[in-house]
Amino acid sequence: MALLEIKNLHVEFPTRFGTHVAVAGYALQIERGEIHGLVGESGAGKSTIGAAVLGLLPGTGHVTAGEIRLDDQLLTGLSATAWHALRGKRISMIFQDPQTSLNPLLTVEEQLVETILHHLPLSEQDGRARALELMEEVGIRDAATRISDYPHQFSGGMRQRVVIALALASEPDVIVADEPTTALDVSVQKQILALIKKLAKERDVGILLITHDMGVIAEITDTVSVLLNGSCVEAGPTSEVLGAPTQAYTRSLVASVPRMDRRVARFPELQSRDPKDTDTSYQIEGASAEFASDWLLSGDEQGSDHSDTIIGVNDLSVVFSSRPSFFQKKTEFRAANNVSFKIGRGETLGLVGESGSGKSTVAKAIVGINPTRQGQVSFLQRELELAHKRPTNDPSRRQIQMIFQDPYSSLNNRWRVEDIISEPITFYGLAASKEETLKIAASMLSLVGLPQSALLKYPHQFSGGQRQRIAIARALVARPTLLICDEPTSALDVSVQAQVLNLFKDIQTKFGLSILFISHDLPVVRQMSDSVVVMRNGDVVEAGPSESFFENPTHAYSQLLMSEMPSLELLADPEKLIAG
Amino acid sequence: MGARQIQLWWQRVSIESELLYLFLRSPAAIIAAAFVLLIVITIILAPLIAPTDPYDLSSFDILDSLIPPAWATDGELRFLLGTDDQGRDMVSSILYGARLSIMIGAVSVLFAVVLGVGLGLAAGYLGGRFDMIVMRVADVQLSLPAILTALLIDGIARGLLPGESHDRLMFFVLVVAIGLSLWVNFARMARASTFVERNKEYVQAAEIMGLSPIRIMVTHILPNIMGPLMVIVTVDLAVAILLEATLSFLGVGVPADQPSLGTLIRIGTSYMFSGEWWVVLFPSSALILLIISVNVLGDFLRDALNPRLR
Amino acid sequence: MAPLILNRLAQSIFVMLAVGIIAFSLFRFVGDPVAQMVGQETSIEDQERLREELGLNDAVPVQFVRFVKNMVTGEFGFSYRTRQPIGELIKSRLPATIELAFVSLIISLIAGIPAGIYTAIHPNRKTSSALLLVTLIGVSLPTFVIGISLIYLFGVQLAWLPTFGRGDTVEFGWWKSNFFTVDGWRALILPALTLGLYQLTLTMRLVRSEMQEVLRTDYLNFAIARGLSWRSIYYRHALKNTMVPVVTIIGLQFGGIIAFAIVTESVFQWPGLGLLFLESIQFVDIPVMSVYLILIALLFVIVNLIVDILYILIDPRIRVSGAKG
Repeated sequence: MALLEIKNLHVEFPTRFGTHVAVAGYALQIERGEIHGLVGESGAGKSTIGAAVLGLLPGTGHVTAGEIRLDDQLLTGLSATAWHALRGKRISMIFQDPQTSLNPLLTVEEQLVETILHHLPLSEQDGRARALELMEEVGIRDAATRISDYPHQFSGGMRQRVVIALALASEPDVIVADEPTTALDVSVQKQILALIKKLAKERDVGILLITHDMGVIAEITDTVSVLLNGSCVEAGPTSEVLGAPTQAYTRSLVASVPRMDRRVARFPELQSRDPKDTDTSYQIEGASAEFASDWLLSGDEQGSDHSDTIIGVNDLSVVFSSRPSFFQKKTEFRAANNVSFKIGRGETLGLVGESGSGKSTVAKAIVGINPTRQGQVSFLQRELELAHKRPTNDPSRRQIQMIFQDPYSSLNNRWRVEDIISEPITFYGLAASKEETLKIAASMLSLVGLPQSALLKYPHQFSGGQRQRIAIARALVARPTLLICDEPTSALDVSVQAQVLNLFKDIQTKFGLSILFISHDLPVVRQMSDSVVVMRNGDVVEAGPSESFFENPTHAYSQLLMSEMPSLELLADPEKLIAG
Repeated sequence: MGARQIQLWWQRVSIESELLYLFLRSPAAIIAAAFVLLIVITIILAPLIAPTDPYDLSSFDILDSLIPPAWATDGELRFLLGTDDQGRDMVSSILYGARLSIMIGAVSVLFAVVLGVGLGLAAGYLGGRFDMIVMRVADVQLSLPAILTALLIDGIARGLLPGESHDRLMFFVLVVAIGLSLWVNFARMARASTFVERNKEYVQAAEIMGLSPIRIMVTHILPNIMGPLMVIVTVDLAVAILLEATLSFLGVGVPADQPSLGTLIRIGTSYMFSGEWWVVLFPSSALILLIISVNVLGDFLRDALNPRLR
Repeated sequence: MAPLILNRLAQSIFVMLAVGIIAFSLFRFVGDPVAQMVGQETSIEDQERLREELGLNDAVPVQFVRFVKNMVTGEFGFSYRTRQPIGELIKSRLPATIELAFVSLIISLIAGIPAGIYTAIHPNRKTSSALLLVTLIGVSLPTFVIGISLIYLFGVQLAWLPTFGRGDTVEFGWWKSNFFTVDGWRALILPALTLGLYQLTLTMRLVRSEMQEVLRTDYLNFAIARGLSWRSIYYRHALKNTMVPVVTIIGLQFGGIIAFAIVTESVFQWPGLGLLFLESIQFVDIPVMSVYLILIALLFVIVNLIVDILYILIDPRIRVSGAKG
């Protein structure tokens, strides 16, 4: 008899558009000490399943069929009070964001002791001792002093450890962990995952680990189930499902994960789940992907010769100074320190670093939207000045375009797509008439793989990947020479990421764009760049051609970064998956 | 081209519109909206509907004063709700009075919106010194509650303007007085929203492109703050009407020969004790109903536009 | 923490100075002080002499400094209307307003906060809907309408309570209090209720919306997932976090009370500062207006300062500095 057993679970959310079936026939079995990974892309229904196990379905969601059993006790159908009595005691949950998971007004000790004393028959003193033990168990140094600190005094990784301690405090048998490391830095991620694994084995706790990240699955799970649109597509021991997937969806999913050990020419593409992508109901006359292609090529920059230097950065430094109030001293912060590199025509430079390393600052300094900047930036052999110093019609404004990380804030939600894409065309004077502007906009949408009817819609009607493609169309429409991409796929699902990265590769090959590709994700950088620059705390730590860097990193920090990437050894060879 | 435009209009007001859907589902909101619509229509048509023009000194006769409503003893049919101490017909007075109250309220809010949103947008976007100055001014304004500001401006106007022109300019004095006490709300909201939007990447994209700050503020950021703006507008409209009524009640609002609802209530209060209850009851009820409707609409808007409640 | 408090203090001083400038401008430039003080027969030379004596011909900044000095030392000048020293006027009226405001505040908090909590925790109960309806009406009722209705009901129809004035008061030095006689309380109840009712509905709505925000947070859901007792979840976790922003707003509320006291005092002919101010508006009694302005601003600034300091003390995120790692 399994510890946690789910049979044929159906969860529905009645909405005004009809009933939304979030989970359709999901089944699961977890034993004590087993870590089961529930993986799927956004919208697959993974969080819903996690919430259902806790009896905490949001809004109008309810279980319409199936059962959830804990040690053979039926959970579905329990009264609210009975279910609440089980929470903490038998099942608990960890949430994604350590920033918001802890009550900011109570000390860590108060929160721990409260949970302990509520569930276990201990005296106050014993409770405090137990709290201290827990802090040490989750690996917090100086536990005795830190236990009386407030949550905001802990860093992200430490805070998540406190969250884990809190979840364990009530001694549950099952813990549901919903994306427990997604909000953390990569380096911390690995540590937290190791902690979870250790605790699960030592305490014999069953863990349901919900994530979209294949790396996490490969790292610590024993078994895994793959979720697509609410149903399980494939399940089994992790090594089998990842190493030799049988279902088409799983195969594509595994093949889409960027690897660090080799460079693939192109990612295999999953068939698009989105019906909107193939909508041909609306067409502008004469607009097509070919037209866009020709239009882009007819600009003055073409070819893929790496010999010309498009952009050179020399001793770039960015210093922020702030003064919190009139009575405190000014503090200085060097976000970027003497950074230098060059990008040639048609070349991709990968700028790598963790959060806070200064990579985004460098990007913004290049386009000049930082108010202060020291050092030189030269573009097309001319000095590139700060944004507000350059005249509005300076060609460099058009020739350098930027793509941002968050697809949900990079497009103005109140503007139609048509206006969003037309704005640069009109502003830069690239078209002779309104009709031509529209034609170019529609063609560009086709080029990036979106239907022309998208012109009439608003951004919120699109998914993250589609929005990112609209952003790319907006950038391309300016006929740029240099494209700066700041974590362009970090917020996207794996399969969508593959599509977007392919798009980047395609446009670079065809149109000879130079790309500055910024990311914290080493495997992605390997797939995309010709040369690499590694940054830490504002300094350049190592730089060089991509292949030699990845085969043999010389600097200790680079080696550390690589070791912190999730190990994807379990994953099947992508070439074999594409072929087979 | 024509077909495309029809499609656009339809898409905007289609079932896709969350706001419309919620509105049609909420009986309270519909009733309130209907009521407000009714009020607005009557107000606009007041000169046509009202039996008499209470502002025209020749239209009423002091001998007709204090006649009870038509259904009471001594009541007359031509004065459906009775008359006040000057012999003015209550129905007409209420219609014209409500009209005046709403007009003053609406124009004051408009003034506050233009001033507040303008300053708030600029402060939020430009930051730095400009922001600091605007915030200091807002701080000072906030240390004086609304009624106080309104009364103060009123008093200053009284002091600066001689007798008759004072009466004629009262409308504008009131608008400025009430508007000045309300602008800070709008400024703060606009500023806070602008701070949020400013850090969003579409604004950075526009900056990189080279658009001027004003163009970015007006074409990009302003549409995004429309939602919270609408909510505050409705809430503040109720507050503005309330403020005007209070000022008139206190005797420092509209001049006595053009009574608003507040003035009517004031007049009525003195007759309350001697048994002429209708002079105070009907204007009070009208005022309360008006404010409640605006508030219900405001509540509905606030809940409907709050993305997290959905 | 200290620099934060110093910052707030500097801000407060700035605000007071700004208000001072407004009050001074009022005093000096609206109407003619000399014309107000003398009769029509006074000769031009005498008027000029008066002008010199009062220092009205000095440079404006000099006059401003003198003005500030006067305000700070309590030399408030004389009322145009009654010729009484303003200091005396204020002393006689201040207690009435303070006591009224205090009782109203208590009423609004005692009823408003629990009601707000209840409607946030149990949104689907009938009592909650009823309470919300009450607040909707409460927010829409102008203070003077409430006052008049109460007067009509309790004063005219039922004749239980007096309809105007302070009734019997007990004196402590220059402070006259309503608190110590039954008659004093009878006179105080209706005005306090009138003033408090509006504030009550505001408080209730505020507490409700803040609490709803807190009930949606991750840490609250985590507390539920840990199976803590509902009592602890609502009162220890949710309420504590709700109170932090509520404390700030209560400070602002105090301002509302002082402001609306003007209306209440007018309706009930309650001899407080509000009524004084109103009369000064009607008669364009500039000196009284000026002084009232400064007094109220000072009151506000002090209350806001206290609230801000409280905030700094309550919220550990501000009090204790950030991440140690």
